[in-house]
This record gives sequence, C-alpha cells and structure tokens, in this order.
Amino acid sequence: MLLLALIALPVLAAGVAAALASESRRPYVLPVAAAGHLALSLVAISASNPSSLGGWLALDPPGRLVLLLLSVLFATCSIYAVGYLRYRRELSNRVFVPCLLLFLGMTTLVVCSQHLGLMWVAVEASTLATAPLIYFNRTPRSIEATWKYLLVGSVGIALALLGSFVLAYASLGDDPSLLFGDLLRRANHMNPSWLRVAFALLLVGYGTKMGLAPMHTWKPDAYGEAPGVVGALLAGGMTSCAFLALLRVFHICQAGGEGAYASRLLVVFGLLSIAVAAIFMLGQRDFKRMLAYSSIEHMGILVLGVGLGGYGIFAALLHMLNNGLTKGVLFLSAANIHRAFDSKSIDEVRGAMRRVPLSGTLFLFGFLAITGSPPFGPFVSEFLIVSRAFAADRFFVGGGLLLLLLVVFVGMGRTVLPMLQGQPSPEAERTSYHDGLLTGLPLVISMAVVLLFGLHIPSPIEALLRDAAAYLEMIP
Amino acid sequence: MLRLSIINLLLVGILLLNLFMLGTSRIRALIQAAALQGVVLGVMPLLIAGYGTWTTGLIAIGTVALKGSVIPQMLRRALREAQIKREVEPLIGFVPTMLLGALGTLLSIAVASGLPLEPQHRELLIVPASFSTVVTGFLLLTTRIKAITQVIGYLVLENGIFIFGMLLVEAMPFLVEIGILLDLFVGIFVVSIIIHHINREFASLDTRLLASLKE
Repeated sequence: MLLLALIALPVLAAGVAAALASESRRPYVLPVAAAGHLALSLVAISASNPSSLGGWLALDPPGRLVLLLLSVLFATCSIYAVGYLRYRRELSNRVFVPCLLLFLGMTTLVVCSQHLGLMWVAVEASTLATAPLIYFNRTPRSIEATWKYLLVGSVGIALALLGSFVLAYASLGDDPSLLFGDLLRRANHMNPSWLRVAFALLLVGYGTKMGLAPMHTWKPDAYGEAPGVVGALLAGGMTSCAFLALLRVFHICQAGGEGAYASRLLVVFGLLSIAVAAIFMLGQRDFKRMLAYSSIEHMGILVLGVGLGGYGIFAALLHMLNNGLTKGVLFLSAANIHRAFDSKSIDEVRGAMRRVPLSGTLFLFGFLAITGSPPFGPFVSEFLIVSRAFAADRFFVGGGLLLLLLVVFVGMGRTVLPMLQGQPSPEAERTSYHDGLLTGLPLVISMAVVLLFGLHIPSPIEALLRDAAAYLEMIP
Repeated sequence: MLRLSIINLLLVGILLLNLFMLGTSRIRALIQAAALQGVVLGVMPLLIAGYGTWTTGLIAIGTVALKGSVIPQMLRRALREAQIKREVEPLIGFVPTMLLGALGTLLSIAVASGLPLEPQHRELLIVPASFSTVVTGFLLLTTRIKAITQVIGYLVLENGIFIFGMLLVEAMPFLVEIGILLDLFVGIFVVSIIIHHINREFASLDTRLLASLKE
C-alpha cells in the first residue's frame, strides 16, 4: 500500500494542479506534493520490506538509494520552481506544473517496479511526461530540442523493449515470470547467447536514456533549451533511474554467468562517454550545454565504476548521489545566471559574481565539486573509482580516466571562470532577476550536503550504500 | 506445415519490403510500404498462435487498423499540409543504403543462427526478419533528411520489435500487447504533435532546418 501511495500521490497532485485555475497559485502544489512524497519515501526506505501488487512493486536496496535521491532532488527543485515561475509569468504553467508532478510519479514507478515489463512502461511514461517540459519556452529552438529528445529517446526505449523481449524469451520455462527476483534465480539456466544479446540491447536502450555516448546526441540540445529546473531533474533524477534499470539488468547478467562480458561493455561505453564529453567541453561557449556534456561525462563514470566491479560498484552508487545533488546545484545556479543576464553564452555573460553573488558562488562551488576537487563529495567517489581501476590492475583504464578528468577540469574551468570573474559588460542589460530565498536557499542546502558527503558520509546513508552494493554482488 | 510455410512466406515478404523501402525515392511509396508491412504484421499473431482467442483477435484488428490505416493517413495528411516535395532526400544514396540493408539482413541471419530457439519456433524466420527490420528502420532514421521519413524509420523499427514479439505472444501475451500498444501510442504522439508544431514554426518538415543546435 505504501508504495502505491508513493506513486499515486504525485499523480493525484498533477490532477489537482491541472484542475486549478489560478496561474499564480498552481506552482504551490509542487512543494506540497514534494513534502508528502519525501515523507512517504523516508517511511518506505526505513520500512523492512515494503511490497505491493503481488511483488510487482517493491523496494530493492539500490532502489532505496535512488528513491532517496529522487525525492530530495525533487523537493529542492519544487521550492526553486515556485520562485522560478514568478519570473516567467508571461508563459502559462498549466502544462508545466502537472508534467513535473507526473515526472515524479513515473520515475518513482521506475524505482519501485520489480517487473521487467512494468519498469519499461514506467521509463516510457516518464519520457513522455518530460517532453512538454523541454518545450516550455515555445521557441523554434526548443521545438528542435524536443523533437530530438523524443525521437532519439523513443528509438532508445524501443530498443530497450526489444531487449526486454529477448530477455523474456531467454527466461522462458515452465512458469514464465518477469519479476526480477525470479529472473535472478533462473539466470543460470538461461542461454548465454540470448543473455548477451539482451544485455547489449538493454544497455543501448537504457544507455540512451542515461545519455551515454554515442547515444547522447539529444542531451546537449534538451538540457540547453529546457528550463534549468528541468535540466536538474533530468540530469539528477531521470538519468539515475535509467542507471538503476541498467544495474538491475547487469545484476541478472552477472547471475547468468555473463558478468565479465557485461563489465567489458560497461567499461568501453563508460570511457567512450567520458572521452566524448571531454572533447566537446573544450571551448564550449554555451554554459548550459557545457553542463549537459558534464552529465554525459558523469554517466560514463557511473557505468565505468560498475564495470570495474568490486568496490567500484559501491563507489558508483556513491557517485550517483554526489552527481545528482551537485548537478541540481549547477543547473539551478546556471539558470539563475541565465535569468540575470538573459543569455547563456559566455561571450555575453561576464562578472556573474558581482551581479548575482550567491548564484555565482554556488556555481563556482558546483564546478569545483563536479570536477572532483576536494573536499566535496564527488572527489571521494571519483577517487574510489580511479583507485579501483589501479587495484584491479587496469592501468590503462585508470590512467586514461585520470587524463580525461584533467581535460574536463581544464575545459570546464575555461568556460566557468571567465563567466564569474570581472565586470559585467555595459551592454549586458540588468534584468529584473535578483537572488531570493526561493531560488537561493534550496541550492545552499544541497551544496552543504555535497560538502558533507565529502567530509563524512552519514552512517544511515553509508548503510544504504553498503546494502545496495552487497545486493548487486549477491548471486542467488 | 502449411501454416509454417505461410508464415515464412509472409516474413520473406517483409524482408523484401525492407529492401524496397530503402530503395524507393517517393515518400508516398514509403508510407504505402510501411502500411503494407503493418497489415502483414497485424495478421501474423493469428497464424502463430494457430487459433483465435478474443484478445489475439482484438490485437490483430487493432494493429491492422492503426499501422495499416490510421498512421499512414496521418502521415499523408502531414505530407499534404506541409506541401513538401514528394522525394525522399537521402544523406547517403539509395543504392548504398540498399546494400547496407542487404548486409544487415545477412548479418541478422548469421546472428540468428547462433541463437537457440524453442522447438515450436525452429522452422520460422522470425528472428532474422525481426533483426533485419530493426536495422532497416535504423538506416531510414539515420540516412534520411526529412522529419517525416525519420518518423517512418521509427515505425519500421517498431515493426521489427513487433515481429520479435511473435515469439512471446503465447507465453506472455500481456507483456507483448502492452509494449506494442505503448510503442504505437508513442509513434502516433510523435507523428501528430511534432509534425504539427514543426510545420507551424518552420513551415517545412526538413530536419536540416532543425540544425541551429549543434557544435
């Protein structure tokens, strides 16, 4: 019942928001629903083994972790969105607000589904719910971005469906069931060739949703044109859900004795994604697109960590939390700077530190954190992944990763630092935007959590991480 | 035995349609071929299951209606309203893409031969036909310029997945049905909304105009 309520709450709130006539009051549905979702999530995460609908909905240990991230990130974004939408009175939010809530409902369904088919349906539904969000600004460029997002995303999801069919065929037996628990138990009876085909298709399919290279082409466009709050939710929430889907499939593959094959593919896709992102980040003039490439890079780091195995899986899960929270801060502070200058090109944005000191500072901290500078959280997780590569005698992988991280640091720094330093140029007009409580405080809190994760991981979180990593390495 | 030969004959027909779609230069012919492929696919579950239950019958009627009539109608309307040129504009020529398609088909047969099948499916060409249709859809998606031809590519890709679904239609009909219906819904969603909006903003369906976002 608990999990059903967790999914139903945002969906019902979306209905309420759609029915409300007042443009100015509608955004307040967001924080109310987010608070309810967060409270229910915390109950569900601490409950021993919540499950509904005959095991179709349940929370596995990695799912708990993603649910926590999703709920916290959405709560942050919901408060921010109230402040943001006040600056966008000229556009109706009648579609925007309900779609944000539907996104929360459908991603929660991805996290809770324990059925291969149901999980696919949920990923598909969350893609459809986010398409109108990218189209919020109603400009020709945002149509182009939405078109690419839908087309590339649909092709990816279609391939994931084919992969699910293949996996289902591999599992055919006396009592066909597509619950993850049953698939894991029967994995060692599956034909290895079918399992390999299934994993490759599902990796490409859900990898498209994560934004792994070379299926990343929708990402810079969508993140560049969508409002910052949507970018934060996609880069921190949607991608983490797709990563969770991939983890579950990887787990089945490992239980079927094809773990080595799957790990190899993950390492290749991981390194390729980091390399592509590093190249395109050098000389990037548009700071929102730069963040999109940073997201591609970090998705690469996540799958690389899993591919390295051992404590790499623990590190990847920790990095998922760090990346999700830091991306939230980066996208939201970038959106504030965008609003203050009415431009997202570094040719026009100068002296952001002086014009919006709070957002500028947060953007700087976010940049330092995401590039793996101590003492922030991502430093710890990236360090663990690099050290895992060397511990596993994968010197080329570890060395390549270090080199690419350096390139990313230089590339991102050359875009970020000129934006923040100096004086705003006289022709860059002052817009009506000022940092306020709603568009500032949620970011400060997230940034503080990222810093905390770098100094000391709170013991309940560490317990969740250990459970999730142990679960993924367990072969029934 | 006769049933199996009919199914294989239909699957060979689908393979030939794939090559035709890669080679044709007229958008109308492309829409027609995709629609014909949809109709062939629609009746196939009845033949595979070997009997008609309520649900397989409904799925067959629904698929034939949607893939064979509703979606092609929408595509033709978009073609009329946008008043775009009737030619398919390829990035890579027709002959090279046909050759790639043929290569894809050969590869599909090679891959499929390494995959063990349940006894009742061993005589059928389902797996190679499915993979080859997916490859065809992928080629149409990546080597054709107009938005409308890319949508047709997506629909063909979806046809390939539908063919694979035939292997599962007896064991897990619910999964196959829900997956295919949702995919179809997305297809219609993409066709109607995007074509409508792209039309209004750009007065054209040429995705080359959709190129302000790039490095």
